[in-house]
Amino acid sequence: MAVTKPAAAVALVAASALTLSACASSKRSDSNASGGAKGNTNATLNFGAAGAPGTLDPFYASDGETFRVSRQMFQGLTGFKPGTAEVAPALATSWTPSSDGKTWTFKLKTGVKFHDGTPFNADAVCKNFKRMDSQNAAGQQASEYWLTNMGGYNGAKGELYQGCTAKDASTVEIKIARPTSKFPALLGLPAFSMQSPTALDKYKANDIKAQGEGFVYPAYANAHPVGTGPMKFQAYDKTNKTVTLVRNDDYAGDEKPTIAKLVFQIIPDETARKQALSAGTIDGYDLPNPVDWPALKKDDNLEIRPAFNILYLGLNSKVDPNLKDLKVRQALYYAINRDQLVKSLLPSGASVATQFMPKTVAGYNDSLQPYKYDPAKAKQLLSEAGKSGMSITLWYPTEVSRPYMPAPDKIFNAIKANWEAVGIKVTPKPLPWAGGYVTQTQNGKASAYLMGWTGDYDTPDNFLGSFFSDPKGQMTVGAYPWGATFVKDLSDADSIVDESARAAKYETINKQVMEQYLPGLPISSSPPAIVFSKKVSGVTPSPLTDEHLWTAKVDK
Amino acid sequence: MLRYILRRLLQAVLVLFVLSLLLFAWLRSLPGGPVDAMLGERATPENRAAMRKTLGLDDPIPVQYLRFVDNAIHGNFGTSTGVQSGTDAFSLFWQRLPATVELSVFAIIIALATAIPLGYFAAKRHGGLLDTGSVVLSLIGVAVPVFFLGFVLKYFFSIEWHLLPPTGRQSPDLNATRVTNFYVLDGLLTREFDASWDAIKHLILPAIALATIPFAIIFRITRASVLDVLNEDYVRTAEAKGLSRRVIRGRHVLRNAMLPVVTTIGLQVGGLLTGAVLTETVFAFPGLGDALATAFTTRDYPVLQVLILMAALGYVIVNLLVDLAYAVIDPRVRTR
Repeated sequence: MAVTKPAAAVALVAASALTLSACASSKRSDSNASGGAKGNTNATLNFGAAGAPGTLDPFYASDGETFRVSRQMFQGLTGFKPGTAEVAPALATSWTPSSDGKTWTFKLKTGVKFHDGTPFNADAVCKNFKRMDSQNAAGQQASEYWLTNMGGYNGAKGELYQGCTAKDASTVEIKIARPTSKFPALLGLPAFSMQSPTALDKYKANDIKAQGEGFVYPAYANAHPVGTGPMKFQAYDKTNKTVTLVRNDDYAGDEKPTIAKLVFQIIPDETARKQALSAGTIDGYDLPNPVDWPALKKDDNLEIRPAFNILYLGLNSKVDPNLKDLKVRQALYYAINRDQLVKSLLPSGASVATQFMPKTVAGYNDSLQPYKYDPAKAKQLLSEAGKSGMSITLWYPTEVSRPYMPAPDKIFNAIKANWEAVGIKVTPKPLPWAGGYVTQTQNGKASAYLMGWTGDYDTPDNFLGSFFSDPKGQMTVGAYPWGATFVKDLSDADSIVDESARAAKYETINKQVMEQYLPGLPISSSPPAIVFSKKVSGVTPSPLTDEHLWTAKVDK
Repeated sequence: MLRYILRRLLQAVLVLFVLSLLLFAWLRSLPGGPVDAMLGERATPENRAAMRKTLGLDDPIPVQYLRFVDNAIHGNFGTSTGVQSGTDAFSLFWQRLPATVELSVFAIIIALATAIPLGYFAAKRHGGLLDTGSVVLSLIGVAVPVFFLGFVLKYFFSIEWHLLPPTGRQSPDLNATRVTNFYVLDGLLTREFDASWDAIKHLILPAIALATIPFAIIFRITRASVLDVLNEDYVRTAEAKGLSRRVIRGRHVLRNAMLPVVTTIGLQVGGLLTGAVLTETVFAFPGLGDALATAFTTRDYPVLQVLILMAALGYVIVNLLVDLAYAVIDPRVRTR
């Protein structure tokens, strides 16, 4: 071999590198924040996110990681009181319903501007609603939150939203089709945040397309989100998997941002997030595994959120006729040692559930007692029903960890052992979470299955309605003789305008559900945690994962 | 030679076509799908069905496949639904490729720089302390799982000694300028040397973790191969002729011993992507392996298709290069 070839190659590479470097030059602006005193306002907060934001336009989002980013940049008309699920003023300072509960008048905060300088006013609010309501075919699929909460688009039959009128610059009237407990709480959901009408038009926010088996987003959702919130979008570096937000100095809210920069580093693996926190390359991450809590408590600031979720065991008598008998469903419930399950498999602070909603929700019935662990009673009920030694298929998800269900396989094993102890034969049916589990259980194909729910906002309908308002839904309550009444009661209760009357009605329903119906078995509520390093303080943990990261005090 | 290359490439196209068909059908026969991952536990059955319809996922699989081929001919390989929603799957491949190439190059450099000299000297001092030690080391390299090794490396280098970062590709606060998306190169091109150095620091740990298996295999093949060659008659003849040690080592021993090693290197490069899936997950390194892992959990069909097909193509190309390298090293191959 001649020596000339490699030499020529080296020369070629060197030459091309020189050519390239002649074109490339540093475009860097030195905006490196440096730390110093406690609560340094020039500080950067690095947060380890479990997933990349699906889109920067919260209207088309449906997952927590995407909403976490939007919550720092956007505000809704309503918001939530930090650390609770209670509705609080945000861009609207007050709201009043008409006597029939179908017209809501919102008084708006004045002097607020979007990040691009567009003034926020009644006109901007109505433009936002018009934009959300008038989606093309692809948009109607991609904006899941609107579909789920408003029930349709463009004045379709059954749609909750009926119109928006700007009464004056700071007064807006929103009409809805029927009174509902969801209003105005749902306007605090990040999906319904107020976005700059100028930017929405300029970057064609509604030009979403279904193409190549996925949704192709317009420029707005890809790179130009503009809100009124405390942080502004700076960059989404896709090759480095980081999203950078910077302080909005004109933020009109009460809690002024205490950091200059907020960087989300996307680290999907939970162990890797924990190590990055220990190494100091990130300052916090969400949903630490309960197994790590003791260690994190010692070395870091482990913030435990109020529990705002329910883990339940769904039952479907249409799939498994054995479950038609209330005695069988009660027997299954008495057979589960929930105290033991909560103590050994769920994080500290978890509690046994007595109904299908957590304690903080208006309509929670305090007088309900949990079904105590009683294997003898379970056996007796089974023999009364003539189902001793019955078989059941119990479904559980794999490839997932949820705040209400940190380790699904362990919970499954505990329940299986409990049921086998009273003579029930259990057939396991594991299925990947995104590999059919969610679809099949939600489509009412599973006889008995583990599932849970974290509330969106503090209304009883957000829990009970999600589980039971569809008679053909996951537990197919329509198949029971009491099903139709139950579904009607739920919708009637939701439209009671008076809050205390509404709560009283739900308390009655909760009692009926647990004592007469028992369509499924509520298991527990678990408090999820969020963790920050010792250098970070000032972030209030929220049951809705609505942490205001911009209020962090970083001591670097 | 050119005809040989062309024939091999034609074979590769056929292989990829059959693979795409099998892959397409297999992915869609798995339970669940992208709609589940996108909608989570909140959506109603009607919403799910409507979304499947909108995305064309409810058509019969042959119809979907024909549409996929038609789109692919027009350069559209589908849109990501889970890894990076809304991004064209092929663009995503190009976006993530530099990271994995950078990592693989570093890993191969580490593996070669250690395995070939160690293999050679272990063979020269057969049965000695260095030999035994290296063999044990290579066994550990094969046996220790990446996530455990990653954990140990991060524990010492990142958490205890704060020398190297545990995750990522570059510190976000550097605000580095991007040119080619090869971060080390970009830093050199833009003269942001701190950005290059930072990227190298991020590469060291994952590259060591990724290098262990190729290191172990290349080391053992080199050692065995050198042992064989050392006992050949022509080496003895060369020594008898009084040739210098350097000439014997270079021209006679190493050159002949390198043939099986080159084959192994080729196979190892192909295997790097498999290793990269685990390594990139453990080190949150945003390359193709990380994308593949996320694509699996979110059932992102278009991204899975593109990544797996490109990996197969890469494999085919590497094999072809290995065969060509053979021809360069061993003149006998050329004359066949």
